[in-house]
Amino acid sequence: MSYETIKFDVDSDGIALITIDLPDQSMNVWNAQLIEDFEKAVDEVLSNDDIKGAVIASGKESGFMAGADLRMLGDSSENPSVQEVYEGATRLNKLFRKMETGGKASKDLSKGAYTKPFAAAINGLALGGGLEVCLASHYRVASDSPKVQIGLPEVLVGLLPGAGGTQRVPRLAGIQNAMQMCTTGSSMKAEQAKSQNLIHDIVPHDDLVAKAKEWVKANPKVRQPWDEAKFKFPGGQGAMDPRVVPIFAGSAAMAQKQTFHNMPQVDKILSCIYEGSIVPIDVALRIESKYFTSLLLSDQTQNMIRTLFINKQAAEKGMARPKSVDPVKLTKVGVLGAGMMGAGIAYVTARSGMEVVLLDRDVDAAEKGKDYSRKLNDKGISKGKLTKGKSEEMLARIKTTADYDDLKDVDLIIEAVFEDPKVKADVIRKTEAVIGKDVVFASNTSTIPITSLAKNSERPDQFIGIHFFSPVDKMPLVEIIPGDASGDLPLAAALDYVKAIKKTPIVVSDTRGFYCNSVVVPYLNEAARMVKEGINPALIDNCARNLGMPVGPLALMDETSQELGYKIMMSAREEMGDAYQPTGVDDLLEKFVVELGRKGRKSGGGFYEYPEDGGKKYIWPGLKDHFPLADNQPSAEEVEERLLFIQLAAVAKCYSDDVVHDPQSADLGAIFGWGFAPWTGGPMSYIDTIGVEDYVRRADALAQQHGERYAPPASFRKKAEEGGKFYAAA
Amino acid sequence: MADAYIYDAVRTPRGKGKPDGALHEITPVQLAAQVLEAVRDRNDLDTENVDDVILGCVMPVGEQGANIARTAVLQADYAQTTAGVHVNRFCASALEATNMAAAKVMSGEADMAIGGGVESMSRVPMGSDGGAMVSDPAVAIKNYIVPQGISADIIATKYGISRDDADAYAVESQKRAAKAWEEGRFKGSIVPVKDVLGLPVLDHDETVRPDTDMQKLGSLNPSFAMLGEMPGFDYVAIQKYPELEKINHVHHAGNSSGIVDGAAAILVGSKEIGEKLGLKPRAKIRAMASVGSEPTIMLTGPEFVTQKLLKRAGMDKKDIDLWELNEAFASVVLRYMQAMDLDHSEINVNGGAIAMGHPMGATGAMILSTALDELERSGKETALVTLCIGGGMGTATVIERV
Repeated sequence: MSYETIKFDVDSDGIALITIDLPDQSMNVWNAQLIEDFEKAVDEVLSNDDIKGAVIASGKESGFMAGADLRMLGDSSENPSVQEVYEGATRLNKLFRKMETGGKASKDLSKGAYTKPFAAAINGLALGGGLEVCLASHYRVASDSPKVQIGLPEVLVGLLPGAGGTQRVPRLAGIQNAMQMCTTGSSMKAEQAKSQNLIHDIVPHDDLVAKAKEWVKANPKVRQPWDEAKFKFPGGQGAMDPRVVPIFAGSAAMAQKQTFHNMPQVDKILSCIYEGSIVPIDVALRIESKYFTSLLLSDQTQNMIRTLFINKQAAEKGMARPKSVDPVKLTKVGVLGAGMMGAGIAYVTARSGMEVVLLDRDVDAAEKGKDYSRKLNDKGISKGKLTKGKSEEMLARIKTTADYDDLKDVDLIIEAVFEDPKVKADVIRKTEAVIGKDVVFASNTSTIPITSLAKNSERPDQFIGIHFFSPVDKMPLVEIIPGDASGDLPLAAALDYVKAIKKTPIVVSDTRGFYCNSVVVPYLNEAARMVKEGINPALIDNCARNLGMPVGPLALMDETSQELGYKIMMSAREEMGDAYQPTGVDDLLEKFVVELGRKGRKSGGGFYEYPEDGGKKYIWPGLKDHFPLADNQPSAEEVEERLLFIQLAAVAKCYSDDVVHDPQSADLGAIFGWGFAPWTGGPMSYIDTIGVEDYVRRADALAQQHGERYAPPASFRKKAEEGGKFYAAA
Repeated sequence: MADAYIYDAVRTPRGKGKPDGALHEITPVQLAAQVLEAVRDRNDLDTENVDDVILGCVMPVGEQGANIARTAVLQADYAQTTAGVHVNRFCASALEATNMAAAKVMSGEADMAIGGGVESMSRVPMGSDGGAMVSDPAVAIKNYIVPQGISADIIATKYGISRDDADAYAVESQKRAAKAWEEGRFKGSIVPVKDVLGLPVLDHDETVRPDTDMQKLGSLNPSFAMLGEMPGFDYVAIQKYPELEKINHVHHAGNSSGIVDGAAAILVGSKEIGEKLGLKPRAKIRAMASVGSEPTIMLTGPEFVTQKLLKRAGMDKKDIDLWELNEAFASVVLRYMQAMDLDHSEINVNGGAIAMGHPMGATGAMILSTALDELERSGKETALVTLCIGGGMGTATVIERV
């Protein structure tokens, strides 16, 4: 018997050791070859009388198994039939079921038949399908390594645990724990998994396989608990038990509270657990496979997998990186300016193991910036996520200074000083005087064109923009902006750096606002314009939430502050002179900032009032005096469409003007930059899914009703006429 | 088509629906059997003439399960030929049962039938039957299902009904119920409940509190605020009603219907059978209707079923002299009064479920008997009886005196 992805050894006790070890991969995942090999191995164990049982282990130091290769699921190029997709979706379920029953009927097992034992030796992370094979094993033992992580993260990419996870977890850990685990996708440590009955034991790392074998040897005749005649769900008898009814009723509300009806995979996970808990496991697994299939067949899931998993990983691995440049050494990074952005950049850089030279006007100011890291570390320590020792090591990596000489041996500069061209020019000059010849200078400007900043540099070919979002430690996206003179080196260095701090990069053009802010600003302005039109503000923000935005645009404008909006408007007006095009809310911003003193959440409030006692925010009661409610309110559908399409219009314009170069980046930037409804897979995926023609038609209708700002760009119109999709072309 | 007439209407008093309630020792079958016995005995009825008994029951499980109507028919010693069927239209079950009895008479299927209902909420508590509507995530999520109390609070929020409005309504309901009892206005319908020894255990509605005032009600905490936050039904409500910034939780135990035990029965028959048996009809069933309405707000069905019924019957609002709407929650009645432009003096004139309780499967027949008694007492002609219903429905009946 020959295998490509596993090693199969039988010891003198007749116990097989199935070691999963995918060649040329750092981590094990289920792919077509492994499924085939594993099927053969299970058959061998079951059919060979000399083999008494088996231990499943991993050949990777990195962990047990990370789940399924989503590229396998995401690729549906051949247009298979529903029946074919379903057959494919049942494959692992059938395989695991065969492994746990020995191919015997559940009815016979419940009357006393038994099968050969399989034990899983969990040496590190076991996620998704990697955990599900363990759950189908008769015994699960985990190493005491802190690397052990147990979880079912499928929900995060629009899927459900489709290899028995939604059925075996409730049967082991109870319905409530199963709901939590499957619908949040968060993973747990070995201790918690043990307390939830998901694993049997935790043993020293080096004894792992031996302990698993020991158990197999001692338990030659086994069957799963759910194949026992007297099996009961922990904590209740399944969904028809009156004690369980409130749990399900509550779970539906909690799901809606989180998903706003935008994440069908969450609903289907709950359905799997509910329906599956009423029937025997064989039927339950069939139900799970059907719901899993329904997700695989949906555009929404495919879009989510494509953007949130495949394209995100590709971007993080450096999709846009010039291959000619060798990896850029990044052991020490100079961060110029210790204000809010600089402090955040220093934090994420040091957290990732790099040394940081944090420079500001004087050491006190730099220390103030470092306090940000101290504060976040203390929070981490109090939550048990960080040890004191680790925190001290991390803080020791941040050197605060006011002396430019301290920058002489850094590998990269990130400048985050005050947004004033003169200040920046001075800093560039002083820095370039001390740093090494090949060191890349990156500016975190959000308002000044990189090309014009680079004019202050003696080596504009090594100059680039790295645009972070605030708060830096939380926001996952980074925009990288090459200037006209930027060469390959700064782009490679920027991408290597973003990879090192584990954020998601997109490369965009050097235009005012770059990509994300070019969409966010008109989106927020549209919401403010709706207030001016007399639309109920609660309706506006609630509709945005219903759409899948993480916060309403009015609440978001309060956060980013009316004052900032006002300043951007004033500077654009000044800069552009006669060419300035009013936003439609210039007067509203002026009223809020100048007349009402409502400059934003942190300064006088905004659309909302923020009680000083930390109570829930509520809409400022005075708002209706200045912007009276219209007698005729639009429907929720109309408001949602406007909020969605104003963003699509801005994205389409950016794409059309090549501010963002490909649909992948446009989608990643939207979701991770400003929280564009993740269920869509991003605005370009959404337009592809509804069809470019439908997009253009609806955008035109909105333009006619509300203004030209909704109109699709000419290139989209052309695309609509020609047919086809943006992604297919990309 | 034949006309259907009401020949009699009886109900038990309502006992507090808790283990310390007077009727907790009485099985639901006994409750139902006692009202059937009363119908028979009061009218000296040869029960061979009763073709069918239709009883509402909202928790038809356990001792209320397996067709409690046929069970009660057998226990009440009706003729073996009298059939029995159980129906569940949630809170309007007994009115629906009466409408079905009337329909059977009108269609000629039956000469005489009994509609009514029973619910021992102390013995078979709410929620005992589970049900996909609340527990199956596919159903609950698709339809934005929230508990009824949240729905009542959505009504209050959406239609500007304040806590004070709701409390003031409740105070008045208690006053009216107390006065009605004092004046013996329910006397004609009440059948005191007896125990297995034949001794009386309850002869009055147990939960009426005539001393209720705004201050007492003001001290009660809202009942549904917690559920709104965790697991989060308010968020579900706002997703369905995004025009609402938040949900005002105005309802509490004092301005919502009480949990009680009880049973009721309405004897319905054709004109001919009444003449044959020498029975005098008390009212004619003029019109009946049911309707579905938006399920999240759930409890606004009465408005829509009223419009539907009036239209189908070719009637007008001013043809109705007396209005009776189940007091499931104060906001339900207050919204109905708003929508139908009614004054409180025209509706629920003898109080309602906020004071006397709402034995879910039986209430429809109870308030029908209350309306009939009131028509006779006041000399009015026509009454419209309606209830709000779980899942978003409304059922209504118009009766007129003959």
